[in-house]
Amino acid sequence: MTSKTISLAHGSGTSASQTLIDELFISAFKNDLLATKEDQARISLNHLTADGNQLAFSTDSYVIDPLFFPGGNIGKLAICGTVNDLAVGGAYPRYLSCGFIIEEGLSMDILTQVVHSMAETAKAAGVSIVTGDTKVVPRGAADKLFINTAGIGVIPATLNWGMPQIQVGDKIIINGTLGDHGATILNEREQLGLMGALSSDCTPLNGLIDQLRPIKGIRTLRDATRGGVNAVLHEFSQACGYGMLVEESLLPLSSPIRGICELLGLDPLNFANEGKVVIIASEDSAPDVLDALKSHPLGSQAAIIGSVTQNPQVYLRGLYGVDRILDLPQHEPLPRIC
Amino acid sequence: MQFIDEFRNPTQVKSLLSQIHAWVKKTSFTAEKPLQIMEVCGGHTHAIFKFGLERLLPPEIEFIHGPGCPVCVLPMGRIDACIEIAKRPEVIFCTFGDAIRVPGRQGSLLKARQEGAAVRLIYSPMDALTIAEQNPDKKIVLFGLGFETTMPSVAITLQQAKQRNITNFFVFCQHITIIPTLKSLLMTPDIQIDAFLGPGHLSMVIGTHPYSFICEQYHKPVVVSGFEPTDILQSIVMVLKQFANKQCLVENQYRRVVPDEGNPRALAVINDVFIMQGDDEWRGLGIIPDSGVRLNETYAAFDAEKHFQPKQQRVADDPQSRCGDVLTGRCKPLECHLFGKQCTPESAYGALMVSSEGACAAYYQYRQGEPA
Repeated sequence: MTSKTISLAHGSGTSASQTLIDELFISAFKNDLLATKEDQARISLNHLTADGNQLAFSTDSYVIDPLFFPGGNIGKLAICGTVNDLAVGGAYPRYLSCGFIIEEGLSMDILTQVVHSMAETAKAAGVSIVTGDTKVVPRGAADKLFINTAGIGVIPATLNWGMPQIQVGDKIIINGTLGDHGATILNEREQLGLMGALSSDCTPLNGLIDQLRPIKGIRTLRDATRGGVNAVLHEFSQACGYGMLVEESLLPLSSPIRGICELLGLDPLNFANEGKVVIIASEDSAPDVLDALKSHPLGSQAAIIGSVTQNPQVYLRGLYGVDRILDLPQHEPLPRIC
Repeated sequence: MQFIDEFRNPTQVKSLLSQIHAWVKKTSFTAEKPLQIMEVCGGHTHAIFKFGLERLLPPEIEFIHGPGCPVCVLPMGRIDACIEIAKRPEVIFCTFGDAIRVPGRQGSLLKARQEGAAVRLIYSPMDALTIAEQNPDKKIVLFGLGFETTMPSVAITLQQAKQRNITNFFVFCQHITIIPTLKSLLMTPDIQIDAFLGPGHLSMVIGTHPYSFICEQYHKPVVVSGFEPTDILQSIVMVLKQFANKQCLVENQYRRVVPDEGNPRALAVINDVFIMQGDDEWRGLGIIPDSGVRLNETYAAFDAEKHFQPKQQRVADDPQSRCGDVLTGRCKPLECHLFGKQCTPESAYGALMVSSEGACAAYYQYRQGEPA
């Protein structure tokens, strides 16, 4: 490709569009279904039904600023997000679509880096990007680059993970440290200049979740993205009618995240994650879940962080044994003045 | 984590609680007539609730949540003046996050932003100066807010603006000073405060000596305290010891951060830029004599009010809300009949509910649902 920046012509169906599709997207996402260049991906049902009896279907849009951050970029995030949304339902993620909304003037180099990162992440997650769409909007009508991904996967017939299965006494488990993505983005976006090992946890979780399928007693899973673990616990509580108690002393936190939260008066439970899954499992099966998580690199810091209670509230037991309500923030958390 | 975990150590906390139980028995305080300690600073209020300290203390000790959150005492009229300036097409209005949701009569700065005003969140006053340098065709207004804690950083920013001859940078000065407020509180006849936890960060600037009038004229102990659980509990032990030993002193628990003489360099930059002059209005507290802070004549060209001349607005506090009573310890947030009903973080009557350091926000976050 000779163009150094994206122009309106790249989204207008002209030869520039074709060049972009052929030389960047099809080349990077290389697979037989995409290569047919039909208006739709034609997926063999036999391939899908071999894995299970339920189709899982999910979509999400990615509008992150900045586009590149320690640990990832918008492209990697767009693949991980949809793969994880499928995987937490027990599905094997199989096929993805991707839609690009590009602001006129975006550097071709940036788009190329993002697309190659998407291809690499999709390969690592074992999914194929089989259909897509590109729109270019005039400068100022969008912020650099937005990506939508949708995905389908297949849930095995033996699995029935879901929030209605949650029972009092179940354990709340997480596969690692809280808040890495949210804190990293805040540091980058606001140019806080905080040094240290801040890095997003952005990663596909389907390999880790594969370890959990054989375990009986798993009730439900949810990836703790926007709103963090706190938002997930509220969703669980509302859906099942029981309470969620987490213990402050059990929460896995990295030193940099603790530092940024202490400095700015923020709570890591409310920070977004992009590689963390909250698992509710029966008390009996919790040790097996923990062992399975720890056997995988993405679960080496897994921990039981609390349990499901009859009292239908989400609350936190502090370091000194005092319980307090863990309310959902009304707004985007803001740093304190002093 | 170093410098945090050692001040949150559960064994230390347990030991300090035992000491508090032992010392309180050596005083005349009872559950019916408890020792009422006002924590002046919103940072203390936040820590007390975050760690549940008030529930670990014996009933002979009661916290009163004071007026030490600069956002909580922002009068509505001042927010309206900020919004009037922020809505000018040539202005980029820079504010700290806490202040963006504080309601004025015409809504908040957040609402003004939603309606098209260029309102930006900043993390440091110098960020606003950078924005001014990057946008020479715009007028950048910094919302200068806070006690002596934040005054030095705003003052240094103004010194920099002057040195660099930046002419499109202005400060809307809403700084306030602590000593007149404490005097005003102490002169109010129906307020029962037995002792004070002095603000840690603010005292880092002014030192501990300015509090001596509280002991000398009003015979109430002051312990300048840090913000970690063991800081606050140790400060309570120090207060109790004073009562048990019939002493009345200004003590400094936060010695690792607060020098008794304060920070001379910070005080010098404050004095270079600001002038303490005139009465000022505080939300919930009314007019407090001699509590005003303005830019002095040398920095008059940077004064946003002089430049933009917004309408001077006085807006009476809503008579239904009890913000003033909460700020002065006359009632607890749960006793205000608007709390958690008409007044929530999404529909706040007062800043106490939207500031992260506000007493009502702390109650709402940690203790809503409990009986008053």
